Amino acid sequence: MAPELLLLALSVANYAVGALAALIFRGMVGRALVAVGALVGSLGTLALGAWCLATGATLAFAAPWLPLTGLALRADGLSAFFLVVVGLGGAAASVYGFGYSAHYDGRYSLRLLGAMFNVLLLSLAIQVLADNALTFLVTWEAMSLSAYLLVLVEHDQHGTVRAANWYLAVTHAGFAALVAAFLVLAGGDMTGSFAAMRSATLPPATRNVVFLLALVGFGTKAGVIPLHVWLPMAHPVAPSHVSALLSGVVIKMGVYGLMRVALDLLGGGPPWWGGVVLGLGAVSALLGVLYALMEHDLKRLLAYHSVENVGIILLGVGAGLMFQSYGLPGLATLGFIAGLYHTLNHACFKGLLFLGAGSVLYATHTRNMEQLGGLISRMPRTAACFLVGAAAISALPPLNGFASEWLVFQTLMGGALVPHPEAAIGMAIAVAMLALTSGLAVACFVKAFGITFLALPRSAEAERAREVPTSMQVGMLVLVGMCVALGLTPFLVVPVLSRALAGLGGLPVTPIGFSLRLPFSVSGVTGEMSPLLVGVGVLLLGTLTAVVLRGVADRRLRIGDTWGCGRVGQTPRMEYTATAFAEPLRRVFAELYRPTEDLSIDFHPKSKYFVRSIAYRSEVEPWFERLLYTPLLSALRGAAVRVRQVQAGSLHLYLAYMTIALLALLVVARWSR
Amino acid sequence: MTAAFVMAAAQGLLALFLAPGVVGLIRWLKARLQNRRGAPAWQPYRELRKLFQKEIVVSRNASWLFHLAPFVVFASTLMVAVLVPVLAAPLPVDRIGDLLVVVYLLLLGTFFLALAGLDPGSAFGGMGASREVTVAALAEPTLALAIFALARGAGSTNLGEIAARTMADPLSAVSPGHLLAFAALFIVMLAETGRLPVDNPATHLELTMIHEAMILEYSGRYLALIEWASALKLLVFFVLLGNLFVPWGLATALTPGAVATAAGALALKLGVLAVAVAVLETRVAKLRLFRVPELLSASFVLALLAVTSSFLLR
Amino acid sequence: MLLFYKILKVGVVTEPLAPGEPDVIEVAREVETKARRLLGRAVAIREVDAGSCNGCEIEITGLTGPVYDSERFGIHFVASPRHADLLLVTGPVTRNMEVPLLKTYEATPDPKVVVAVGDCARTCGVFRGSYAVVGSVDAVIPVDVFVNGCPPEPADILRGILTALDRLPQRKGRGDGA
Repeated sequence: MAPELLLLALSVANYAVGALAALIFRGMVGRALVAVGALVGSLGTLALGAWCLATGATLAFAAPWLPLTGLALRADGLSAFFLVVVGLGGAAASVYGFGYSAHYDGRYSLRLLGAMFNVLLLSLAIQVLADNALTFLVTWEAMSLSAYLLVLVEHDQHGTVRAANWYLAVTHAGFAALVAAFLVLAGGDMTGSFAAMRSATLPPATRNVVFLLALVGFGTKAGVIPLHVWLPMAHPVAPSHVSALLSGVVIKMGVYGLMRVALDLLGGGPPWWGGVVLGLGAVSALLGVLYALMEHDLKRLLAYHSVENVGIILLGVGAGLMFQSYGLPGLATLGFIAGLYHTLNHACFKGLLFLGAGSVLYATHTRNMEQLGGLISRMPRTAACFLVGAAAISALPPLNGFASEWLVFQTLMGGALVPHPEAAIGMAIAVAMLALTSGLAVACFVKAFGITFLALPRSAEAERAREVPTSMQVGMLVLVGMCVALGLTPFLVVPVLSRALAGLGGLPVTPIGFSLRLPFSVSGVTGEMSPLLVGVGVLLLGTLTAVVLRGVADRRLRIGDTWGCGRVGQTPRMEYTATAFAEPLRRVFAELYRPTEDLSIDFHPKSKYFVRSIAYRSEVEPWFERLLYTPLLSALRGAAVRVRQVQAGSLHLYLAYMTIALLALLVVARWSR
Repeated sequence: MTAAFVMAAAQGLLALFLAPGVVGLIRWLKARLQNRRGAPAWQPYRELRKLFQKEIVVSRNASWLFHLAPFVVFASTLMVAVLVPVLAAPLPVDRIGDLLVVVYLLLLGTFFLALAGLDPGSAFGGMGASREVTVAALAEPTLALAIFALARGAGSTNLGEIAARTMADPLSAVSPGHLLAFAALFIVMLAETGRLPVDNPATHLELTMIHEAMILEYSGRYLALIEWASALKLLVFFVLLGNLFVPWGLATALTPGAVATAAGALALKLGVLAVAVAVLETRVAKLRLFRVPELLSASFVLALLAVTSSFLLR
Repeated sequence: MLLFYKILKVGVVTEPLAPGEPDVIEVAREVETKARRLLGRAVAIREVDAGSCNGCEIEITGLTGPVYDSERFGIHFVASPRHADLLLVTGPVTRNMEVPLLKTYEATPDPKVVVAVGDCARTCGVFRGSYAVVGSVDAVIPVDVFVNGCPPEPADILRGILTALDRLPQRKGRGDGA
């Protein structure tokens, strides 16, 4: 048996074992078996993906004896890459989950958590291998449902059920769009494999319809604005290792689907396809980070950043589609490479950040940044891991966020070669929006890390925090290692990715070469950088400075109080708060936020000069809910009320309906003969 | 090849040792423009030497980040100084880091400095950090578009190539795209290095500080490193403004004559820019913090016009 | 443009530092030679108002102006005592300012010098015996140089600072201590 099939079987078996173990065993044994099943399964998935990428092997498996069209699996470069993403995310989350789920024991259903976790990983792994429409859709639905059940684990917490409902509703709306898209693409024949769809020629209008339906369907999963509303609701309330998986892997399935349909099955299209994706990407990136800045719930902040990073990925993908339609295949490959690289990087650093936030939640039982602080001395390893994640997502060299953002920048700068000035200027504006996004991301993560971990603890829970169990630390450390490794070695990743994309939708087959630096000679655009050497340089210079200072400068150090203009003591009340930190940016973008402020001052009963307490509350205007979703929902509800009148409850009316329907069918059957 | 690497290291060291002098020159010019004698231009060197000999006092609430930050800021700014074309272009070190790497390395320094401001738990540090990251974030789009305008002309974001391309085509230096990009980058330089009208480097009022407020807790050798790094950042921006937009004088071959000419040209350009900054700082007053975004939007519009004009005037 | 025309027309107006009266500056304790040599050319001063009437502050403000120009001696004022080498203290130390003054002194890194400005700083001046006053500056932190006067002239304050750093020229007629 070919090694690919062996690895696939291994993964599937382990996931199944993990799911069953969750249902059968209890307590620590159950948790351990779930974690082991998920871990080995994920490692198998990772190995399968890496093997296919390294050797160029393609897996093909068909089980037509299953009902309807049966199961058909095929692994090409794109699938193999996403298998790596799934495997990596799953592995880190499962190790972490072993320690994290300990505090669910007795309070929530560990059976649901463990079983659905493994089912989710299984459906993710099978989905990227799907080779016909029905397999794809069935695994997609399995993924959505298992994610829904996982979001519901902490069901008695405030907001969880509402979040889960929104998630279910939006994901099913997207699913409807996907079903429609595949129906049109397959020409009404759901048995059609992807190979048949690839070779079919459809009229341009149909292709546009398919593209738009796919964009809507995959956009709801990926969390593209304006279809993102469920993301900041659902991701925070899920268990933290599930949030890491949802943000790191599940929303990437939207990206996978879009690339599969637009690039592979449809083979590219007119420039406006790329333009729409690029525009949506730019808007998502900017609005995502702007809303993240105003959050003081740590996990909600991270969820909004997922929206931002999906926007950056779509910038790369959109640029790629655009260059492909303009006949610049080298730049198109670059764009897709940038998008995929950012997908992998985001899975690593967002997974890491969510695991870190989960550790904070585990130790302090609160997600509210305004009640945290001083954790860097109480949870040193978690703080260090979170710092690496924060630096990575802010695209600071030499970590992985910088490598992929650099590639996205270079792709967009290649827009100077596009023949149409409107498209070129559009790309220039996209460059500016990307730069603003990354600057705001720096601001946001200085806030997130600084307020949560630094200075003094702002509440008793934060003061009592202790470092988390070892399994959780190991989960985080794995991702830290990946962030650093992926950041220092783009010269390894880029050729692998270009090989993975070779041949898709007419992209060039010759891969981009291997070198110590990251050069690429794509027609007219050259750029080089080596994050490895930059990182080594900075490290060397820093160490050299420290050594020289040791010899030359004075070495005395005295511990004193924080300087506060000579005030007597220092309490946590004197520190900066998260709301205050983001206040200048709230003012700058006040037109977008339309913040409402609520200030209530409690005076001493005897004199107005003495204040007992001041409470300040500020809310951001929820534009998308107000302008898009509320009218839509009320329209739907209105329509539903009207339709309900059909169901009047009278038996005579129902008999009349049946008679009329029968007569109508007879007439139609007679006429269409 | 080794000559090239020695050159890169040498120009980094030159930038490092020249930086306090540039800051001192600006201070001396401002003093003279205020009708007073002022300290000589080498006063910052004396200050740095003194700071290295003082003890450091660290807050008991500060963590290891507080001790790490000055080294990260200093090392990243020094790395940038090695990468920019101070004396010679193109150099092989250009292939390690291009203009985007330069911008993000500076952002790395800002990130750690802002965290170090939050670490001791004082309100001043938090305020300084909050304002600094706001200004840095709002200056990013202008920087990116200015880079885009420069890279479009040269076909690359590689620093050496940009300089070489402008030298090869002298007329492009006075094209509207170039001039507008220069103006935009000049405003960004004022914002990023904390000069008037964005931030007064000589203020004692904490509520008006942006950069200073983050470093109120630092003393001794840590403060020396941070002050030196911020002077180096100013020099780096001067070098970018001078040697990317007006690259004549840069040594294209590593002969002693060329390098000497380059040093002379560098001194001239630094002098001109120092005079410009000193005169500007004497003329304008500091902007209210919430008017700074308007200034930065103006620079963004300039950069956008630079890009648009470079497309339309192809 | 009118501004620059005016600047160029007026020119440099800094006055050379004259030797001054002998009794105005009192050296309370000798500053260590090592500290004097370190701080001689570049001094950062943090001014502390320990309850003064602000008369001394107005004179100190004149120090950074064009006429007295303390910057030519390498003196500059800083906001944080962590950045400072020299504390310039004014006022009788009031009860409420006793702890802040002490904290400011502790926040300043070694080596440091303290110069007390004004009669209030040495003898509590007109506020001596008040219920709100703790004592002279010397009672709270160790002072190196006293500058007498109510308020002392900016030139005297400058001379006091330079005496503390042992940079005051002794010879009559030689002006600016450069």
